[in-house]
Amino acid sequence: MEFEHMLFTSEHEWVRFDDESDVVIVGISEYAAKELGDIVFIELPKLGADVDRSEAMGTIEAVKTVADLFAPVSGTVVEVNTALDGQPELVNKSPFEEGWFVKLSMSDRSELDHLMDHDAYQNMIGES
Amino acid sequence: MPYTYHTDDDRKEMLQRLGVESEDQLFEQIPSAYRIPGPLPLAAGKTEPETMRMFAEIAEKNRPAATMLSFLGGGIYDHFVPALVRHLAGRPEFMTAYTPYQAEVSQGTLQVIFEFQSHISRLTGMPVANASMYDAASALAEATLMTAKITGRGTVLYPAGLNPRYLAVMKRYATGQGISLQPVPFAAGSGQLDTNALRAQLSPDVAGLIVQTPNYFGVLEQPWTYEADVHQAGALLVACVDPISLAVFRQPGAYGADIVVGEGQSLGNDMNFGGPLLGFMACGEPFVRQMPGRIVSATRDVDGREAYVLTLQTREQHIRREKATSNICTNQGLMATRATIYLSLLGETGLVELGRVCCERAHRLAELVGGCPGFALRFDGPFFREFVVRCPKDAEAVVKAARGDGILAGIPLSRYFGDAARRDLLVATTEKHTEADYERFCSVLRKD
Repeated sequence: MEFEHMLFTSEHEWVRFDDESDVVIVGISEYAAKELGDIVFIELPKLGADVDRSEAMGTIEAVKTVADLFAPVSGTVVEVNTALDGQPELVNKSPFEEGWFVKLSMSDRSELDHLMDHDAYQNMIGES
Repeated sequence: MPYTYHTDDDRKEMLQRLGVESEDQLFEQIPSAYRIPGPLPLAAGKTEPETMRMFAEIAEKNRPAATMLSFLGGGIYDHFVPALVRHLAGRPEFMTAYTPYQAEVSQGTLQVIFEFQSHISRLTGMPVANASMYDAASALAEATLMTAKITGRGTVLYPAGLNPRYLAVMKRYATGQGISLQPVPFAAGSGQLDTNALRAQLSPDVAGLIVQTPNYFGVLEQPWTYEADVHQAGALLVACVDPISLAVFRQPGAYGADIVVGEGQSLGNDMNFGGPLLGFMACGEPFVRQMPGRIVSATRDVDGREAYVLTLQTREQHIRREKATSNICTNQGLMATRATIYLSLLGETGLVELGRVCCERAHRLAELVGGCPGFALRFDGPFFREFVVRCPKDAEAVVKAARGDGILAGIPLSRYFGDAARRDLLVATTEKHTEADYERFCSVLRKD
C-alpha cells in the first residue's frame, strides 16, 4: 500500500491528494471499516454540495451501528462513488481503493495541514 | 428494590448535611401565602370496600358511548369488536409484551408485528410499513418531518379540513423543527381540498402536501387529480387515510402517495375513552431510512427456519442518540396485535363487506337526517361513514337535547372551526347501527 499521498483525520477518514490538483479523494481507513463491521448502506452528499471541514456529510450504516462521515477538508463534491449504492461492502473489502466515498474540490488547500500522515495515524490507533 | 421511607434519623442527617435547621427552611423562597401550613388537609384512610364503593359511585356518573346510542366519530369509531379479538389479544403473551428490547428472543411478538406490517402494506398498497405508531396524529406529524428531511425544504401544506387534533400535534412537532405549515382551503360546496388554491400554493419551498381522505368532514378526497402537480413541484404526497375505507376505495399506493399514515383504532380496538389509539405508517422503498419507528423483517436462521428480526434499528435513538431519525423508537404493540387479529379474522372478503356496509349505512342515515325538517347535508362531496349536517339551530343545542334522550348526536364543528360552523354537526355511523337506531335519532332531531 502506498501511503505517501494520503493524510488521515482523527475521525478515521483518509484523503488522497495530488500536488498538481485541488481535487482530493476521501474514504475511511481500514481500521474504521473493520471496527464498524459489515457495512450495509452508505448515504453520500449530493454532487455539487458544499461541505465544511469536520461537519457530517453522510452516514455509514453497518449491521449494528450508524456512523457519520465527516468532511476531512472544506470544499465542493465533484464526484461520488456510485458503485457503493449497490455494493456498500466495497468499503470493507477495499477501504483505500474501490471503497472511496467522494471526490472534493478543496476550497482551502492549507486545511490539509490539519491532517495526520500515515505514521501519525497508525500511532493514534495504536498500531504503529 | 424495596421502598423504604425516610426515617426521622435520615431526615435529621440530610438537614445537617445541608446546614439547615428544618425542612421549612428549604421552601423559604416560596412566599408563605402560597404554602399550606401544616399537614395536607386530607381525610383519614378508607378501607378497601369503602374505596371501591366510592369509585364505583363516581364511575356511575360517566355516560360511556357503550351505554348510549353513539354517532360520535371524528377519528375514533364505534365498530363492532368480535369476542375473538379480545380473547386472543388478552393472552398474557400478548398482553404483557412491551416493544422488545432484546428483540430476537421474542419471535412471537415479532411475527405478529410482521403480520401487522403485511396487512398495512396490502391495505395501503405501499411497499413498506412500520411496526405502528402512537396514533394517526403522531404518525402524521412524523410524516411531516420526513417530507422536510427528504426534500430539504421548509414548507408543508395541509388541508384546512384536516382533523384538528392531528393538526395540533403536527404544529407542536413542526415548531421545534422550523417547518412552516400552511393550510390549503377546502371548497365551500364539496368540502374537498380546493385544487386551484393548491396549485397556486405549490412553490419550490414546498416539501409536501398532506391530504386526509376521508377528511375531517367525512368527505373523500381525489388526490389522483393533483398528484402529478405535487410531484412536478418536487414535493411529496402524504396521504392520511382510514383503513376500512381502503377496502372499497382507491389505495394510496395506486395514486402515487409517497408516505401513508392513518388511524388504526377502528380495526378491532375499542374507543378507550379517546386513547390509546393505533397509528400506522407506510412508504415507498426510497424513504425507508427516513421512516421513524421499527420495522420487523422475515429471514432464515442458520438452520434455514423462518425467523423474524428488527431491521434498521441502528437509526433509532438508543444507538444514534440526537442524530436518530425520530424520537420514536417504540410501537403500539397491543393495539397493533388487536388490529392484526381483527384483519386476519375478517379477511379480504369480510373487510370489503364491512366497507360497503359502512358506506351504505352512512348514505342511508344522511338521507333520513336530510329529510328532517331544517336539517341538510353541509357538503355535496362523496362520503364514506361520516358527514356534516347543517342544523336549524346551534349544533351544541342539538347535542345537548339528544344527550337527554340517551343519544350522542355527534361533534359540533364550532369547537374547532369557529362561529361560522356553529350549526354544523359531524355525524358518524358504523355497521353496529340498525334502521331502528336511525329512526330513534331522527325522532329526536324532529322534536322541535
